[in-house]
Amino acid sequence: MATNNVVALPIPDGSRPLLAKRNRLSADSWFKWLTAGAGLLIILLIVAITLQAYLSSRPSLIKFGWHFLVGTNWDPVRDDFGALPFIFGTVVSSLLALVISVPISFGLAIYLAEWSPGWLRGPLGFVVELLAAVPSVLYGLWGIFALAPFLRHELEPFLAKSFGFLPMFQGPHQGLGMLAGGIILAIMITPTLASVSREVMRAVPQVLREGALALGATPWETVRMAVLPSARSGLMGAMILGLGRALGETMAVTMVIGNRAEISASLFAPSYSMASVIANEFTEATGDTYLAALAEIGLLLLVVTLLMNIIARLLVGRSRMVKQ
Amino acid sequence: MTPRISILATTAICATALLACSKKTEAQKTDTAQSAAFAAPKVESIAINGAGATFPFPLYSKWMADYNQRRPDVKINYQSIGSGGGIRQISAGTVDFGATDAPMTEDEVKKVPRKILHIPTTLGSVVITYNLENLSSPLKLTPEALSGIYLGTIKKWNDAKIAKDNAGAKLPAKDISVVYRSDGSGTTAVYTDYLTKVSPEFKEKVGQGKSVKWPVGLGAKGNEGVTGQVKTTPASIGYVEYAYATQNHMPMAELRNAAGSFVAPSIPATTAAAAGVDLPNELYASVTNAAGADAYPISSYTYILVYEDLVDPVKGPALADFLWWAIHDGQTRCEPLGYSKLPAKVVSQVESKLRTLQVGNKRALAEN
Repeated sequence: MATNNVVALPIPDGSRPLLAKRNRLSADSWFKWLTAGAGLLIILLIVAITLQAYLSSRPSLIKFGWHFLVGTNWDPVRDDFGALPFIFGTVVSSLLALVISVPISFGLAIYLAEWSPGWLRGPLGFVVELLAAVPSVLYGLWGIFALAPFLRHELEPFLAKSFGFLPMFQGPHQGLGMLAGGIILAIMITPTLASVSREVMRAVPQVLREGALALGATPWETVRMAVLPSARSGLMGAMILGLGRALGETMAVTMVIGNRAEISASLFAPSYSMASVIANEFTEATGDTYLAALAEIGLLLLVVTLLMNIIARLLVGRSRMVKQ
Repeated sequence: MTPRISILATTAICATALLACSKKTEAQKTDTAQSAAFAAPKVESIAINGAGATFPFPLYSKWMADYNQRRPDVKINYQSIGSGGGIRQISAGTVDFGATDAPMTEDEVKKVPRKILHIPTTLGSVVITYNLENLSSPLKLTPEALSGIYLGTIKKWNDAKIAKDNAGAKLPAKDISVVYRSDGSGTTAVYTDYLTKVSPEFKEKVGQGKSVKWPVGLGAKGNEGVTGQVKTTPASIGYVEYAYATQNHMPMAELRNAAGSFVAPSIPATTAAAAGVDLPNELYASVTNAAGADAYPISSYTYILVYEDLVDPVKGPALADFLWWAIHDGQTRCEPLGYSKLPAKVVSQVESKLRTLQVGNKRALAEN
């Protein structure tokens, strides 16, 4: 672009800006283009990853088609693959993690946002966020050596004794399994859920709380009637963010979930998640169909996670508008 | 104008700095290599890359370190990414040699651009470990009992098929918690190779491979995962590499071999298994369920994969010399690390094979 040295005379009728763009290659333009480039690069990266996953999984897409999504057999020796046990394992372990984590995280967020004394707010919030900094392999190790024996000897027998009539709590007590996976994931998504929920609740205007208190509401009623309803879409966004994290978690899950591609009603039974099977089998997989099947599972996981994150962004964004 | 010039100047300076940095590191590398080559005349540092199986990684690391002391100009780098990865990388030519526990299949050999050789380097074994209390002597398992456990047809420890070989032991009436490897691995490949040989039902229902669909049990990741799971789960059984079991002081079952005697896993027992199998000209064979009174039934070779024509005139002879050293002097490093030495017969077979390595038209090996 040539430097525009001709200065247009300012005409005060609104048809042209008062200060004409004198130099197109100013530092501002450079900066705008650089940052735009960075943003574009990220988008291109995501597109490239999705495209690569699609291309790598083409042999499997062609061979199995839609049957891949409902097939339950995963047999590398006979080259027969179906993703349903993994979809089941991923979805159920993530939902279980949500069910366990949401009451704890929301309770924590409410306490931090509304009721905790000022001196405690900082340290407690910091400790919760510290949980997010623990590497997932450490969670997995802790799961194998501490959580699994606890489940095997204490929790699972207790649940079987109290709720054994439900199919969810039947079966041998092995420690590793869906329940262990769900608990580990719950611990891992609690920091995310608690932080986002706390921010969302803090964004609720103070007038709503004051109005409720003025009408004679107790602290719990204030939260229930004034804070939670207006923060609702933001809280849902937080839940979906946590769900997104749980869907993609690999190492910690694969070390405790039992790695068995079977669908079972019991929480004590071993299961298998999409991320785990890729981590376990990809390095040693030989054979085009096998590799393509694993790539297709990656593609499924990518699509599901991207969807969840987009929905979360939209919902959290909407709750911010409440402030205005 | 000034902002534009300053931006262009910054970009130019950064570019020059990056170029200068890369030149500097190369110069540094040659300097250290030259200072290390105290005895040899001034030669360039030769860097050889290999990748593959995780099982022999501790041994190969020791070999590469020791060989570097003998030939300071040769630096060998090995990445333990798994047998499948090793086969892929050598087929693509991104490494100078690959390593695998299981020999390449026909399909894999077809994808290779030129003739590739399997060089057996050492032997290992897969042991059956378990977690049972009150056992005064190691558990004895027959092929029928072991395959029944892993097929799920034998469900309890005090089943007659297990109890009949363990007369003195008090086996509990508990369910057997079966543990297998969740990740694709050479250990699973060797173990399923053995099971398919001794049990037609296993061969039909499950088959052999680095990853298989196990009828029962749960999967733990890596040898360390299986070890951890068996150690913390009472009444469990699992299969791990020999080195892991010995280093973690885990009980190892005695297995009945093809000759009918119960053999405990040990380094000599694995070498005895290899001695009982004649290697064909391609130098790879399965040694599971081998003949021989002292043979341990779940043993296996591990191989290095090299092209017959090494192409590179500098790296080729160096690699050939390393392999020659590995099957002679290198074998003394095996046993302290838990691996078994190659039988003498196999060493002479590998010697003949190494003499066929070429660089273009010339032989790669310098000596005899």
